[in-house]
Amino acid sequence: MTADSRYKSRAPQTDDGEEKEYVGFATLPNQLHRKSVKKGFDFTLLVAGESGLGKSTLVNSLFLTDLHKDRKLLNAEERISQTVEITKHTVDIEEKGVKLKLTIVDTPGFGDAVNNTACWRPITDYIDQQFEQYFRDESGLNRKNIQDNRVHCCLYFIPPFGHGLHPVDIEFMKALQDKVNVVPLIAKADCLTPFEIKKLKERVREEIDKYGIKIYQFPHCDSDEDEEFKQQDKELKESTPFAVIGSNTVVEARGHRVRGRVYPWGIVEVENPSHCDFVKLRTMLIRTHMHDLKDITGDCHYENYRAQCIQNMTSKMNADKRVESPNPILPLSTPDIEAEKLIKTKDEELRRMQQMLQKMQQQMHEQEL
Amino acid sequence: MATSEVDAFANEEKRTLELGGHVGFDSLPDQLVSKASAQGFCFNILCVGETGIGKSTLMNTLFNTTFENEEASHYGQMVELRPHTYELRESNVNLKLTVVHTVGFGDQINKEQSYKPILEYIDAQFAKFLEEELKIKRSLFNYHDTRIHICLYFIAPNGHSLKSLDLVTMKKLDSKVNIIPVIAKADTVSRNELEKLKIKVMSELVSNGVQIYQFPTEDEAVAEINSSMNTLLPFAVVGSVDDVKVGNKMVKGRLYPWGSVEVENEKHCDFVKLREMVLRVNMEDLREQTHARHYELYRRCKLEEMGFKDTGTDSQSFSLQQTYEAKRKEFLVELQRKEEEMRQMFVNKVKETEAELKEKEKELHERFEQLKRMHQEEKKNLEEKRRELEEEMNAFNRRKVAAETLMGQALQGCSQQPFKKDKDKKN
Repeated sequence: MTADSRYKSRAPQTDDGEEKEYVGFATLPNQLHRKSVKKGFDFTLLVAGESGLGKSTLVNSLFLTDLHKDRKLLNAEERISQTVEITKHTVDIEEKGVKLKLTIVDTPGFGDAVNNTACWRPITDYIDQQFEQYFRDESGLNRKNIQDNRVHCCLYFIPPFGHGLHPVDIEFMKALQDKVNVVPLIAKADCLTPFEIKKLKERVREEIDKYGIKIYQFPHCDSDEDEEFKQQDKELKESTPFAVIGSNTVVEARGHRVRGRVYPWGIVEVENPSHCDFVKLRTMLIRTHMHDLKDITGDCHYENYRAQCIQNMTSKMNADKRVESPNPILPLSTPDIEAEKLIKTKDEELRRMQQMLQKMQQQMHEQEL
Repeated sequence: MATSEVDAFANEEKRTLELGGHVGFDSLPDQLVSKASAQGFCFNILCVGETGIGKSTLMNTLFNTTFENEEASHYGQMVELRPHTYELRESNVNLKLTVVHTVGFGDQINKEQSYKPILEYIDAQFAKFLEEELKIKRSLFNYHDTRIHICLYFIAPNGHSLKSLDLVTMKKLDSKVNIIPVIAKADTVSRNELEKLKIKVMSELVSNGVQIYQFPTEDEAVAEINSSMNTLLPFAVVGSVDDVKVGNKMVKGRLYPWGSVEVENEKHCDFVKLREMVLRVNMEDLREQTHARHYELYRRCKLEEMGFKDTGTDSQSFSLQQTYEAKRKEFLVELQRKEEEMRQMFVNKVKETEAELKEKEKELHERFEQLKRMHQEEKKNLEEKRRELEEEMNAFNRRKVAAETLMGQALQGCSQQPFKKDKDKKN
């Protein structure tokens, strides 16, 4: 009911005289709004980083729920040769009639072993799997209920104890930059004074530029947005990577009950913008840029994956003279494979002989000279 | 007989005698102390921990001074150890302090070899001391002892437990050096979390058999405080060289928007306890333990490796010499054998080169012969041609002469006739 009244009030208030010229497609945004509410939204978030940096706590603080009730934490001994696992938690949350199916993908064991070579491989494999799944669904015959399990955003937690990025951080972000929107965060920011936070952020930004890591960029503001929005956007851009603190407990501070951490020397409030960038992260992730993240995943990363996939398939099927078969979806096993292999080898031979011929011609040419 | 004498002697020793007056040997400890103070003390600290965890800051805070130290980068390929030695002085006591930092620890992607440089460094210091001890002309009283007396292992406060790298490294180091684990950057751990973390860390260390340094509880004077400190391990420390204003005093601390952490406030962190234990109460014990336990273990292993054996306290020095002699002979024999080998190799090489040279000579000779033959043949050819040419020339000459004579005759004969003809024509 309230929803309907909201829609009606959005229609432009006009005089009677002008109504004759009013066509009515200005209500399109309302219709879109209504339909999308009915359909519901989904969002998949991947959190990655070493153990103990506060990933679960942060996710709980972001979505104000407790997602990880029975978690088994491993001992140091068990983690010496730990491999990375992928765990998924899905929750349905609702706010003012808008439903969100939230999936959090966790990566326990990342960076925990003594030898962490290629520890990001299971993660990239998982993301690719989701893309492949979506690709098949999209190219299938019945496309009514496609479930979008693609990862829309990856929150990468950087430990605050160092002087900048570690080699494992750089390798991880480089491996994932083309598959998912990477948002780096500085975890446990309550061990850094404001000056140290500034220095670390500068350092991290420098190193991200130096190594050419493509993290998620906020879209540019249109010039016709209002000043406040532009100001906000500028602030957001200048404070990446966000330095965050998470908390599972509600404490009493300055007369209010807030989420925070209690220390003998003071109380850190998670939602206080002068204490940490949690509010900025939440605004960006949930309140303003969630859909943009989904769009970029769909338009950019997924399309890249799809194009590459198709290219690989067509290069497997033959080279120049054959026409691309119109539906190269799934590499079905056909009896032509044998013939194709033969043709391929013959092609190679031809190419080799051509090369030799060219060489001989060159030699002759040189001799003549 | 010998045994009864010894027994009598032993019995006599057990009697305690009363002194009739003040003798004065109660000043022995003082003499020891004044001699040691004159010499100066030596203390070596090894700080192991990931880059940026606060090792240098903690050292600066502990000794209330600024040791120069450049910020380390994260991208080193291997762990390096950088020792720095400083001379400190406090109320007439000289301290030669060496601080060794591990640079690049925990930064590599593959950390399986990270503990090796540390182990090698510690062993190298023991080896140096052993060498000095075994010298013929030695000066131990003058020797700058670089053996590591204490290893402060910095644990990152990740809230749950030890990292796997920490466990592996501490296990490798516990028999070589006194390890005191500390939880670094403790201002990021709240009180309950800290308690849980301490319990978890200690239980993990115990269950994996890692022997960290226990403060000694035999000496009555310090037994109580030491045993209570033993239960508070690992110490959660915060380091800072900056001052913050608390109340109306300036104290060392860190200023946050939500409050200030005071380094020397025992409610905030265990820095004071660490300083107390390591510097003020147990420093000498740390040095003793290093020498009596860790160094002796190293020495025993090393000497056993070299082939020395303890056959009994009587023949101790003997066997050392004998084994030494035996080793020496072995070594000389080895040397001779190697010399022989090398000589053989040399001779072989010379023979080979000679053979090669001979072959080359033969080749050259052959070629020379060949050339000579060719030359001779050509000469012969040329001779033949010359002869032919001469013959031709001779033949030609003869023909020429013949032809001339013929022409001469013909001319004579002809010269008469044309006159007759002319006469006829005139007529």
